[in-house]
Amino acid sequence: MHAPSGAPTETAASWPDDIFEILQRFDVRQVPYVPDAGHSQLIQRVLGERSMRAVPLTTEEEGVALLAGAWTGGQRGVMLMQSSGVGNCINMFSLTQIFRFPFLTLVTMRGEWGEFNPWQVPMGSTTADVLELSGIKVLRASHSGEVRDVVEAAAGQAYNACTPTAVLLSQRLIGAKVFVK
Amino acid sequence: MSKETNKANLLERRSVVAALLEGRKDAIVVGGLGASTYDIAAAGDHDRNFYLWGAMGGAVMIGLGIALAQPELPVVVITGDGEMLMGMGSLATVGLQQPKNLSIIVLDNEVYGETGGQASHTGGNTDLVGVARACGISHASTLATLAEIDTFAASMQNVAAGPRFACIKIDSANLERVLANRDGTFIVNRIRGALGYSPI
Repeated sequence: MHAPSGAPTETAASWPDDIFEILQRFDVRQVPYVPDAGHSQLIQRVLGERSMRAVPLTTEEEGVALLAGAWTGGQRGVMLMQSSGVGNCINMFSLTQIFRFPFLTLVTMRGEWGEFNPWQVPMGSTTADVLELSGIKVLRASHSGEVRDVVEAAAGQAYNACTPTAVLLSQRLIGAKVFVK
Repeated sequence: MSKETNKANLLERRSVVAALLEGRKDAIVVGGLGASTYDIAAAGDHDRNFYLWGAMGGAVMIGLGIALAQPELPVVVITGDGEMLMGMGSLATVGLQQPKNLSIIVLDNEVYGETGGQASHTGGNTDLVGVARACGISHASTLATLAEIDTFAASMQNVAAGPRFACIKIDSANLERVLANRDGTFIVNRIRGALGYSPI
């Protein structure tokens, strides 16, 4: 988890709004998250939307179980987390195979593309493999122009085909966190 | 399994769960990994029973997801002390969400009964009722008699006054397993069907 690096001075990116629009169109109702700076704009949109329930978590594995419950109760959800959170989920990911429910997670990447903090690199380097070994399909978006298509495809296969899916939002897309100006 | 004499007055888990579920009506019931799932099965299979055979630490969060999706239905999580300890952060998450239709019951025998009876933290210094209350679940209490359990069971039907948390100290006898369904898609789709949702 990393805090927003100062006040945003650039124009807000448009890809978080693209994601939000897709989530609304797929009638996503529960949005568990552990905050990440890369997700901050999307989290703000979710918090301001009455039809969505934002559920801050203490650890990401809670979100896997929450979404299994949401599906049981008739609602769709999506989990927002950072790459380090994927490691926290491993045993709970078994629910995606046991229930074959429409699990979708959007993962902001750390530990790649100009990373400053070496502590982020080990988990960031294994994030995609961990997801795939857990039986979750992995898609990746590295440029703002492709986010809409990738998330649309991911939501489609998750919600229409009950295929557990993760979208990795590259650090190249988000921008490496700046620790020292 | 020999019971310690100073614990002779503790409640027996199967009668506790039977009393909790006797008047369940439309409630959805989630059982944590381990003996609590067997206890729920022993009280009678039901198409609104959610049995867990894994995902230790996930019972409360599954209950929260259902409770948020179905705010008009009572949702009841019955789990053990070991399972609750592994998902203790979820009490903070519930405390933040304040789902008024969610009731959480911990059957606390102070041991990991499924793995040989090793001591858990609740037999030492951890007070789960205190944890729940400190997380913002103000209706948190210890139940010690079947009369108190009957009162709590009636309160579970009130979907406007939760969340509520109860810890029930039970004896640590290992009872014969009553095997619940263990096919996850069957369990989930049976509940979804009972709620009126079609398969994809």
